Amino acid sequence: MHELAIIEGILEIVEGAAQKHGAASASRIKLRLGAFTGVVREALEFSFEAVRAGTVAEHAKLEIEIIPLRKYCRNCARVFESDGELSLLCPVCRLPVEIIAGREMQIEYIDLE
Amino acid sequence: MHRVLMDSSVLHANEELAEENRRYFQEQGIFVVNLMSAPGAGKTTVLEETIRRIGEEYRLGVIEGDLMTTTDADRISALGVPAYQITTGTICHLDARMIHHALHNFPVSGFDLLLIENVGNLVCPAEFDLGETLRVMVYSVVEGAEKPKKYPVMFHEAEAVLLNKTDLLPYAGVSLDELIENVFEVSPTARVFPLSCRTGEGFDEWIDWLKGRIENGSRSRTSETPAQ
Repeated sequence: MHELAIIEGILEIVEGAAQKHGAASASRIKLRLGAFTGVVREALEFSFEAVRAGTVAEHAKLEIEIIPLRKYCRNCARVFESDGELSLLCPVCRLPVEIIAGREMQIEYIDLE
Repeated sequence: MHRVLMDSSVLHANEELAEENRRYFQEQGIFVVNLMSAPGAGKTTVLEETIRRIGEEYRLGVIEGDLMTTTDADRISALGVPAYQITTGTICHLDARMIHHALHNFPVSGFDLLLIENVGNLVCPAEFDLGETLRVMVYSVVEGAEKPKKYPVMFHEAEAVLLNKTDLLPYAGVSLDELIENVFEVSPTARVFPLSCRTGEGFDEWIDWLKGRIENGSRSRTSETPAQ
């Protein structure tokens, strides 16, 4: 379960930001999580619950926005949004597409107190 | 309340260390392969067979990643190749920090090829850059034709996908064509090599490609830029 390692990475970044801005705690952490990642939202939330105690994020809300897979087909010159199917072929012409969105694993912002 | 905009990757720390590893490997002229698969797909056997075929041509070393035991490092050492075992305990993947630490105990500066066998896991290793030059995935055909679509990320991150254990196809009820089609769907630029460590079928193609890839040196590690 690599979600635990990912949460530890997030807490490191939050601790760093709190220190830099002289804040005592974080009240909200906003994540952007792409659909085309091997990361499971529930496992991320579970890991956060498990390790938040004693950190600056102890009372923080973890907000996770799932970014759907969006792909661009050069051949059709069209953007497609996936409805859950993680195919990297164009639904129309079946040629390989480019990923525009869906690989994100980003902290968008942190609210500090 | 004070909102701090970050837009930073949650794997930032790993990515920085991976870049540091990559710079070190480049300075030393070492070509590094990160071999990933689910447990039991045949990574160690693929390694052994690859070493038997190219071991004479390169000064090579192996780093083995497992939750427990030194079984795999022992198997590689038995071939006369220096091997270092990382036991991760409960962690389901290797990360850049573990490789960085291993380099302190396992001098690699004399090698021109370093093969890293990741922890057996079909999901987690794909997200952690180690600083490698090339990512290779091993997938055994008996795992079924549908897994690439269920677990697409590792397939997508691999520059080459070895479809191992093709000798078992008649018993597995798996269509190789369907499997290859599904790999193509989630990783359109990956090179796919059906092969069998038992019969040797398909191994020459993999070895020829790998040698060419080593000659070409460091290029894109992801499948974004396919090898020609």
